[in-house]
Amino acid sequence: MSAPAGFPAGPIGGRNIRRRRATDRLMRGLLGLAALLAIVPLVLVLAFVLIQGLPALNLALITQSPVPAGFPGGGVAPAVVGTLIMVGLGTLIGTPVAVLAGIYIREYAGGRGATAIRFLVDVLAGVPTITIGLFAYGLIVVPSGSFSGLAGAVALAIIIVPIVARITDEMLGLVPGSVREAAYALGIPPWRAIVRVVLPAAGAGIVTGILLGVARIAGETAPLIFTALGNDTVSTSLGEPMDALPLRIWVYASGPYDSWHAQAWAASLVLVLLVLAFSLLTRFILRRRARSRM
Amino acid sequence: MSVVPGQPDRIRTLLSRHRPRYGEPIFRGLVGLASLTVVALIAGLILVIAQQSLTGIAHNGLAFLGGSDWDPVHQVFQALPFIYGTVFTAGTALVLAMLIGVGVAIFLVDLAPAWLARPVGLMVEMLAAIPSVVYGLWGIFVLAPWLRDFVEVPLHDTLGFLPFFSGNPIGIGNLAAVVVLTIMVLPTVAVVSRDVLAAVPISQREAALALGATRWETIRIGVLPYARSGIVGAGILGLARGVGETMAVTMVIGNAPVISLSLFSQGYTMASVIANEFSEATTNLYRSSLLEIGLLLLMVTLLINAVARLLIWRVAYGSTSRSVLA
Amino acid sequence: MTAMTDGSSSSLPAVAPDALPLSRGLPLGERASAALEHPAVQVEVGSLHAYYGRHRVLRDVTFTARPNAVTAIIGPSGCGKSTLIRCLNRMHEVTPGARVEGEVRLDGSSIYAPGIDPVVIRQRIGMVFQRPNPFPTMSIFDNVVAGLKLAGIRDRQLLDEVAERSLQRAALWDEVRDKLKSPGGALSGGQQQRLCIARAIAVEPEVILMDEPASALDPISTLKIEELMDSLRASYTIVIVTHNMQQASRVSDQTAFLTVGDDGAGYLVEFDDTATIFTNPRQRLTEDYISGRFG
Ligand SMILES: Nc1ncnc2c1ncn2[C@@H]1O[C@H](COP(=O)(O)OP(=O)(O)OP(=O)(O)O)[C@@H](O)[C@H]1O
Ligand SMILES: [Mg+2]
Repeated sequence: MSAPAGFPAGPIGGRNIRRRRATDRLMRGLLGLAALLAIVPLVLVLAFVLIQGLPALNLALITQSPVPAGFPGGGVAPAVVGTLIMVGLGTLIGTPVAVLAGIYIREYAGGRGATAIRFLVDVLAGVPTITIGLFAYGLIVVPSGSFSGLAGAVALAIIIVPIVARITDEMLGLVPGSVREAAYALGIPPWRAIVRVVLPAAGAGIVTGILLGVARIAGETAPLIFTALGNDTVSTSLGEPMDALPLRIWVYASGPYDSWHAQAWAASLVLVLLVLAFSLLTRFILRRRARSRM
Repeated sequence: MSVVPGQPDRIRTLLSRHRPRYGEPIFRGLVGLASLTVVALIAGLILVIAQQSLTGIAHNGLAFLGGSDWDPVHQVFQALPFIYGTVFTAGTALVLAMLIGVGVAIFLVDLAPAWLARPVGLMVEMLAAIPSVVYGLWGIFVLAPWLRDFVEVPLHDTLGFLPFFSGNPIGIGNLAAVVVLTIMVLPTVAVVSRDVLAAVPISQREAALALGATRWETIRIGVLPYARSGIVGAGILGLARGVGETMAVTMVIGNAPVISLSLFSQGYTMASVIANEFSEATTNLYRSSLLEIGLLLLMVTLLINAVARLLIWRVAYGSTSRSVLA
Repeated sequence: MTAMTDGSSSSLPAVAPDALPLSRGLPLGERASAALEHPAVQVEVGSLHAYYGRHRVLRDVTFTARPNAVTAIIGPSGCGKSTLIRCLNRMHEVTPGARVEGEVRLDGSSIYAPGIDPVVIRQRIGMVFQRPNPFPTMSIFDNVVAGLKLAGIRDRQLLDEVAERSLQRAALWDEVRDKLKSPGGALSGGQQQRLCIARAIAVEPEVILMDEPASALDPISTLKIEELMDSLRASYTIVIVTHNMQQASRVSDQTAFLTVGDDGAGYLVEFDDTATIFTNPRQRLTEDYISGRFG
């Protein structure tokens, strides 16, 4: 949209029009370069995870337990099982609290109160996840005297709460006021109107928010170090140490064996596919919704 | 139109019999309790971690913050190397991420056509979705060797006399940590800045364009000043993320408690020392000292986050939920 | 059940006002002969003031909506018509900061008395909005019986009965009988509005409030809604806000004319039988407004 050649320059320093145009071109080039720089890492990381992970990706990886260090073969079954259990339980614990909190923020708190709680929820979302792991350690591991899948699940639940709470809040905000009014005008008590009319109307958006939260906690490592700890055998007991994919990737990546490295790449591929599929799906749905509502 | 005698009265009676009495207060209590839980979590985080670090606080005293000796065998726990490492890596990464991230944001909002802005924006958001541990894995096996061969060695050979490029270039170390952190902080900065820039009224741009300003001048005069505090907020938010980032840094920084200006040196951060040494920490005091570092980390990031949110809210109120996702 | 209650349309003048060029509804005089299916109740508004925060938007409004009659509220945009009608079923207070002073009596008892649950009032006084607002996630059937179902009434047979009856009375049954399970949002605008009317009458309110129910609709749909109002009069007391004076003259028995005062608050200029308001208004302001001489 730069002015065509010969177009009289405006009052902003008409003298140096040539230099101004050069600056303009230079800056636009640099900004484009920044965009390019930003997407290069994504492409590189995805490419390497795919190239390195694919060869080691097989059924044994997710069905077999680890073999003694340095031996070939084996898999990361305990990590797959542990991740499923802890992410599942964490979601189960975290999302009801989060959705209810989101409802309170949007439907009940009122102007100032809503702003204050939103602020705190946003702050909670920014807390390093490793400190949430420490919290769960002090809250559950220390009193119970044992690292456990439960402690890991609780840590993950705390991480998913602010994500889902804010999404719920926003999605409820997209439900037109006329829907609430229609319900109130029928003599339906507010809470019934919210639960049976407003919440379903925001349902798809909230579900996608939950999926996004699941994708996030599925990739978390730091909060599990002091809670779930890790485990070489498949364990489904919540009271005992439990393995998780990110934990396993960390251990294998830091170890000296090629077979470990190969499995770390393959496990990363599984994790990345899972997380990206979830995030992409949710983002598309969220975007469609946001647009169709406005 | 058929008339059913008594029908209206029947329904009215039915409805009056179904009038709920306690539903509303119960539900209100329930949702209120849930949001109270969320708020209480923040307090709980601080209290529990503080309580767990009491032993450390009592034993380590103020030297914890000022000394640079970390010697678990002799029960000396001083956190300066980690504080330094965190500030050094997160600070450097933030500068780089701001340069690139704000550039991306401007590009997406003001320059790129929609067909380009959408996929590029999505890809930047995807950067945030990749788990930290995967960046770490990539950092160890791809980035670090590449940095060593193509960046560190040439820099060392030509500019080795500078303190930043002194020491032994082995790939694993501060530089790798800075690069990985930059990548991870970048989406936060870019996404929040994008939302802030998008919130700048069109009239601001039109005013500048109408004066005959070029595209860049319009951005510089009409857009950036208006968005400044929001962009600063985006940066601070990115800082919080960088300070708290754990796994990827732990995997590539080398984990040695040294204070060095050199990008080639190994280092340690607050988050990575907790992650890395927790399972080795067999004594009560050792663990408690690690938790003390956790407490410090928590307080610092809480503060940084609060400041960032306030700054962003002033510009783009309500649009921060996207940064929660990013 | 078919007894004429005192004060129903019988007091209207029997002369059709031929001064109204576009009137195409029933001649006013014939309305009284419409069969009364169910006696309704009257709504008395006394010295009503309404506020948004500190801002007063209605000042000292007093009138009585007769049972089994249509009362129209007319007036220029922003004079507080919507606010007034929302005060009648305690919907005004749903807006944060909104407040009411004065009296509204339903069948003689105050709806703003302490201890009165607004939820109950809204069951007794139904409302239809300007824009059709069916519940987005519900089927046509569920939309119609939403008021019953959400109150906890599960009796399937009763719900079926009510749904059919309400849709028939809303003149929508024939159009939707084969697709009761499809979403309410899939209907045309006019059909959606009739669906909303069906939904409102399904809970058997005693009064129905309508805020410009046809202003978002095409002429054919508008005609249908107007015919509907005419037949609903047999069972309900109806209050309708309209921008359209022809509509007011076509459908209503009584008319309240509001305008904005110097203080920025709306007030009631004149309230009378529709025939009087449109043929022989007492106030100069009213005359100016209905003859289009008003800004
Ligand atoms: N939610 C609100 N908050 C503050 N003021 C409001 C609100 N809704 C309406 N008002 C004000 O109250 C006054 C009356 O509004 P109302 O909607 O009742 O007018 P109306 O007669 O229905 O107008 P229209 O014919 O355009 O629908 C107006 O001045 C309006 O600006
Ligand atoms: Mg109105």
